[in-house]
Formats: sequence, structure tokens, C-alpha cells
Amino acid sequence: MTIPLPRLTPESEFYWRAGEEGGLLMLRCAGCGRITHPPSPACRECGASVVPGPVRPSGTVYSFTVCSHPFPGCPPVPYVVAIVALDEQPDVHLTTRLTNCHPEAARIGLSVRVAFERHGNVYLPLFAPDDGPAGASGETDDSAV
Amino acid sequence: MTAQYERRSVISGVGISAVGRRLGRSELDLTVEACRAAIGDAGLSAAEIDGIVAWPGEAPAPPGFAGPSAWRTLDALGLSVSWHSACGEGPGQLAAVMTAAMAVGAGLCRHVLVYRTVAETSGQPEEASHPADAGGVTGALQWLRPFGSLSPVHWVALMAQRYLHDYGATREQIAWLPVTIRAHAARSPHAVYRAPITVQDYLAARMIASPLGLYDCDVPVDGSVAVIVSTAGALADIPRPVTILAAGSAMARGRSYWDQFSHATDMAAHDAARHMWSRTDLKPADVDVAQVYDGFSFTALAWLEALGFCGPGEAAGFVAGGTRIRIGGELPLNTGGGQLSGGRLGGFGLLYEACLQVRRQAEARQVPGAQVAVVGTGAGPLGGCLLLGRA
Repeated sequence: MTIPLPRLTPESEFYWRAGEEGGLLMLRCAGCGRITHPPSPACRECGASVVPGPVRPSGTVYSFTVCSHPFPGCPPVPYVVAIVALDEQPDVHLTTRLTNCHPEAARIGLSVRVAFERHGNVYLPLFAPDDGPAGASGETDDSAV
Repeated sequence: MTAQYERRSVISGVGISAVGRRLGRSELDLTVEACRAAIGDAGLSAAEIDGIVAWPGEAPAPPGFAGPSAWRTLDALGLSVSWHSACGEGPGQLAAVMTAAMAVGAGLCRHVLVYRTVAETSGQPEEASHPADAGGVTGALQWLRPFGSLSPVHWVALMAQRYLHDYGATREQIAWLPVTIRAHAARSPHAVYRAPITVQDYLAARMIASPLGLYDCDVPVDGSVAVIVSTAGALADIPRPVTILAAGSAMARGRSYWDQFSHATDMAAHDAARHMWSRTDLKPADVDVAQVYDGFSFTALAWLEALGFCGPGEAAGFVAGGTRIRIGGELPLNTGGGQLSGGRLGGFGLLYEACLQVRRQAEARQVPGAQVAVVGTGAGPLGGCLLLGRA
């Protein structure tokens, strides 16, 4: 079973390929500096134009679920899906999968850091527990899925 | 003529097909059965139906989810209409009823057939692929599916987990919702699961996506429900009318994503409920019976709070013990077995039961003296509600 992957479109390609350079890119407002996500043609707050820019790749687990039922297209069960609130702007939520994290270690409030998982030219921004400056940031390949 | 569109309409008829697991019948066959029943219940003939609205129409969706399009159904029934539509985007499944009421309120139609059909047990092979995945996921699902957030159970589990964390609610409390609804199902001839369950059964059942276990999830079925939305001007000719007291359809800066809500219960349901109460002088205390979306136990809790039956974070305590929400309690809830035990009729099973209750035709599960019923359907970015009354 292979997992579903996003189609690269003019609106989203910058986001899904950002892991190539190891960082997280999101649309930032040229006027007020706020992040708009999912991608949209203009800032939701002030209407000014937005351009892709680097975002601090760390966040906090807002919620999580340990998935134990094997739906078609899922990674090996059990796995942990989380909503991560970006530290830089906590009202921006990313649904993600936690990696390098035992299901019993998942908790709301856990500090996490992006860990890209490569699938061809798509780099999925997974998140791993943040163990400090030398923590589990970086790239993994798709051999585990 | 009153200013509010929904009060220019009444629900003049209701119909339901056979409902069950793996019936092996076509979606259109089930739909025609429900539609004919509703037309007959309204005392009408097919020739008098001049509008048709379905939800969601034949949009790309897992097999069995959507039911036949309005086009196929009007063709099958040989209808001549001046309005037809189907659209899955809108304030939840009840958007179809609201659209019908708008067509009536605008003077375009006199009798609009509205239906929702599912065939999720006959329609889906074991390893069904999701049509959204072909060629790569786009739209809102691209932010969810690549990460294993594949099913509504995952999207709702994430909200439920945060709710338990924020409010200290427990699974022991929430268990009383499916347990009490199962007791109601035992009194309903249409419900698919009628054997009693206990809190212990709930707690012992396997997890699907924590904190949601098997009994937190509704049961896929095959079946169809239809209602007729008629002009209030025809009231004298309608044998068993139900009035539409208020409709709630608003979405206030709500984000159309499952994962961007700031608070655990901040679904579109809240905007829709506020909107509904702004269109009537009635209050939550005036409601005699409630039918709220229990696709998951948690979505019903969120509706109880959205509709103002209890405060934020109080719904788990409200349902605990089952005394408030049972038939005979202060707010009998999902009296037909809801979707948890009655079957996942896409919100329309709840609408059907609400109509029966105010028509006093709910037999063994009738709430004595029911005058006002509320129906709220949808979850996440989908939400709409109706306040229905005895005519």
C-alpha cells in the first residue's frame, strides 16, 4: 500500500518541494508579515500580497490521535497523526504525522521540529519530538513507508 | 407574507426506504422507494412535484457516499420541475432542505422533493481507493491525506482529544451518549443495531483513532430518506405538516478546513446555531426533542454546546448518566437511534425522526407532547440546523 501524495500545482509546489533545501517555506504577507496557510493568493488579514519565505521549523502539538485502524492508504499502524501549531504563529496549524515518537509518548504540548520525509520530488513535513539543538531535525527517506 | 424565507415553507411529507447493511440494491432503487413514500405521505402525486434537490449530488467521493444525482432521480420518477440542484458545498446536509425552501419562498416551486441516499455497505469494496488520490491529492484533502489523516474519524479524533485535554472530560462520561442512543434504537424499527450496550462494552471496544473507539463511530448502511418541502400556502391540503420555525446556515469567518479551528468545539455548527436562534424568539429551553449529528459521539457533544443546551466544555457532563438525554429526560436526544445505532443516513435520518416526533408518530419512542424539535447536522466546516414545529 502506498500513501496518498499531493499533486504539485502552481499554488502548492513551493511548499511540497521546500524540504529539498531542508527548510519550511510558507506564504508570508509583504504588508503585515503574517503567515497564510493553506496557500491563498493574498493575506487573509490585510489583503496584501504574499510570497514564500522561511518559517521557523518548530511547533507544539495542539492535538494528536493514535491511529490503530488500517484504512486504505495508511502507513503501518499504529501511527500518530498530530495537529502542530507553529511556534512562530500558533494559529497556523499543520496536520502531520509524528515520526521518531512512540505512540505512548505523544501528548498535547509536546515540542516538535520538522523532519522531512522524501517521496520523489515531494517532501512531506513530518514532525519529530524536539530533543534540543541537536534534535531529530533533518530528512528521512520513504523506505519506511 | 413573512420576511423569513423558511417560514414560507412547510415539510409536507417524509419517506424512508429499507435501511440496512449490504442490502444489495441500487442507490437509485432505494431513492425511488423513499421518494415515492414521501410523495404519498404528503398526499401528492408525482405530477405535482415541481422541484428536486439532492445532497451532495454525484461529486467525487468514496463509492456509496453520494447517492444518485438529482438528474437521475428526476428522470427515474418522470418529474417535470422548474428547479433542480445538488451541491455538497454549503451549510451541511440540511442545505438541501434550505435550498428547497428558498425555491418555494422565491415563488419558483410549490412542492420540492429533497433526498439523501447512501449505499456505503453495498458500494464499497474492501480496499476502496479514494478518488481524491488519483493523480495526486489536490484541494483541502492534500493537507490531510498524505499524513495518514484519511478518514473523518481522524479529523474528529483530533478535535475530541483536544476537548478531553481542555475540559477534563472523560471517556466514562462520553460513553453514556452511545449507550443511551442504543437504548433509543431498541424502540425504533428502522435502527440497524438494537441490542443494548453498556458503558463497560464501550470502554472495552477496540480503538479506531484515540480517543475514539468503535462505539464512538456511526455505522455505514444502505438507505434513503426523502422529504417534501411545500409552500405554506398549501397548508390546508397537507394531512401532516411540519413547520420550519428557523434555519441556521451562517459561517462567520469560519475556516473551511478540519484542522484550523482555534478551539476544540469551534466547528461551523456554532455559527449555524447562533444564526438559527437569531431568527426566532424561541430559546433552547423550548426544544422538546433534539436530533444532532452523531456521525461520532464527539460531533453530538459539539452540537449540544453549539445549540446552547449546555455551556462550552459541559456536554460530556450533560450526557453522563444518560438521565437528561433519554426519552423522559429533559432533552431526549437522537430518539430514533441516531447514526450511531440507527445507521449513517447522512443527517437525513435525524431529520426524518424529528418530523415524526412533532407529528406524534414516533410510536414506542414518542416524546410526549413534542411541539418543537431541533435538527443539527454536519461536522467540522459543514454545519446547518433547523428548528421544526408541530403545525
